Amino acid sequence: MNNKQPDEFKIPIGPQHPALKEPASFSVALKGEKILGVEIRLGYNHRGIEKACEERTYIQDVYLVERICGICSHAHSTCFVQAVEEITGLDVPKRAKYIRTIIGELERVHSHYLWLGVAGHEIGFDTLLMYTWRDREVVMDLLASITGNRVNYGMNTIGGVRQDITRENVKEILGAIKTLEDRTQYYIEVATQEPTVINRLSGVGMISKEDSLKLGAVGPTARASGIEKDVRKDDPYAAYDEINFKVITDDHNDVFGRTVVRLKELLESYSIIKQALSALPDTPISVKAPRKIPAGEAISRYEAPRGEDIHYVKANGTDKPERVKVRAPTLANIQAVRKMLQDRYLADLPIVIAAIDPCFSCTDRLISINNLDKGEQKVMDWMTLRDYSIEWYKGKGVDFSVASKRLGRIS
Amino acid sequence: MRAEEDIKEKISARFPAIKGSIRIPRDRRIFLDVPILKFRELMEFSVKDLEFRNLNTITGLDEGENLSFIYHFSKDNGIMVNIKTSITKQDPVIKTITDIFPNAEIYERELVDLFGAKVEGLSPGNRYPLTDDWPKGEYPLRKDWKMKEGECQ
Repeated sequence: MNNKQPDEFKIPIGPQHPALKEPASFSVALKGEKILGVEIRLGYNHRGIEKACEERTYIQDVYLVERICGICSHAHSTCFVQAVEEITGLDVPKRAKYIRTIIGELERVHSHYLWLGVAGHEIGFDTLLMYTWRDREVVMDLLASITGNRVNYGMNTIGGVRQDITRENVKEILGAIKTLEDRTQYYIEVATQEPTVINRLSGVGMISKEDSLKLGAVGPTARASGIEKDVRKDDPYAAYDEINFKVITDDHNDVFGRTVVRLKELLESYSIIKQALSALPDTPISVKAPRKIPAGEAISRYEAPRGEDIHYVKANGTDKPERVKVRAPTLANIQAVRKMLQDRYLADLPIVIAAIDPCFSCTDRLISINNLDKGEQKVMDWMTLRDYSIEWYKGKGVDFSVASKRLGRIS
Repeated sequence: MRAEEDIKEKISARFPAIKGSIRIPRDRRIFLDVPILKFRELMEFSVKDLEFRNLNTITGLDEGENLSFIYHFSKDNGIMVNIKTSITKQDPVIKTITDIFPNAEIYERELVDLFGAKVEGLSPGNRYPLTDDWPKGEYPLRKDWKMKEGECQ
């Protein structure tokens, strides 16, 4: 028997793996516990959306690009309509621009809360996950109340927004922000004072400012390496040129820094929303857009929660675009991950990957069941699935119906 | 728009032949076309002399006889320069820019998979974004590529 240990071996993580929330494949070369190098394979969620955009009308595309991502859906739709509006030469009313800003910031808030929960989970701090995801519901409910949807709000259209923010909405938003501000202050305390969090995140996933610049990192990932890069400031869109806010940076260069940046950004988002609400201009919310868009091209940038989102649109004079190109922030950041993992330990991999807040696709909300014996197929929606699980647990002697009723009252 | 005009002047002075193609449709946006043979020189000029140190992405376009590629560069003050270069579809060979921008790797792999570009100097590695068993010679973002019946359900 040969007892010689190999110098190096490779373990595959993904495309399907419990440590990953979405499909991606990391082939990790290890020596002992140490990571020598990582090969990344993406594309498992490639759905051909750019091609599909060319075959649909501009209005259909607004809804299609909104579904690129379930978390930053407003980011994609805003980025897309901005490009189309620029080509058409539409003068979007100010109120629409302010509403886009408000929804965009609410989206950032729920996205950062979501991230904080995931980060907590990845370091075994599941209480943080429970707390943050409970608080995130405040924003989700707010978005549902304003737009009618928790995700994919359908607010944008070419030439403005589809729904106004009413006086009642303003009251609702201000009330919710008060709660969220308190909670964020508490999470800032937790992140910066709780020794387990500090020790687990400090020095993990390091990337220097130089490397971060060279690899083109964006969003909180770049800002936590001391790069003052934020499209809202550098290349203002919507109402950001009329609002005061700080670009949050940090020079820890690690996951701890990325946590601090996101938390402090939340406070900036609340301030932006409050300013936008108090200055909400009294104009119409949209202008009529032509069905056929004149030939031309435009490139639009948007600071999504994860970083810079880019849409390039080329029009050919018909009602369908010639080309739509999307560069989502994760594609820019994933290239920095390789560097962050080099010479680190395997146990750090989940949190380092999670720390760029990767977003490979959207959320699923229904499940399809195939009855193999009869060849039947039926679809279970979310509520049926939930009721089914409550009944199933009842059979096992666990009754969730009381807790479920209470949840029902809250929502 | 003074900063943009200034950049236009500098590019025109160095590359008089492409002066006519430089467009500034709005604040912070510069578009220009450059022949493939001059692309590298212009890119190096933009990076070193004009300080466009950030590669945002690369867009591929199918323009009938030609494939075109738009390299989107930006600098800290938000100005973007979008350099377009074209190559015949028969022999779509371009040179990698990963020696200057390591992050170009994934954008160039995208051009290889979706447009059938051949990128000289691109290090071997995983393809992106199509599947490993994707049929050879099929480039879905070319205009003549259509989804086949029953392929997607």
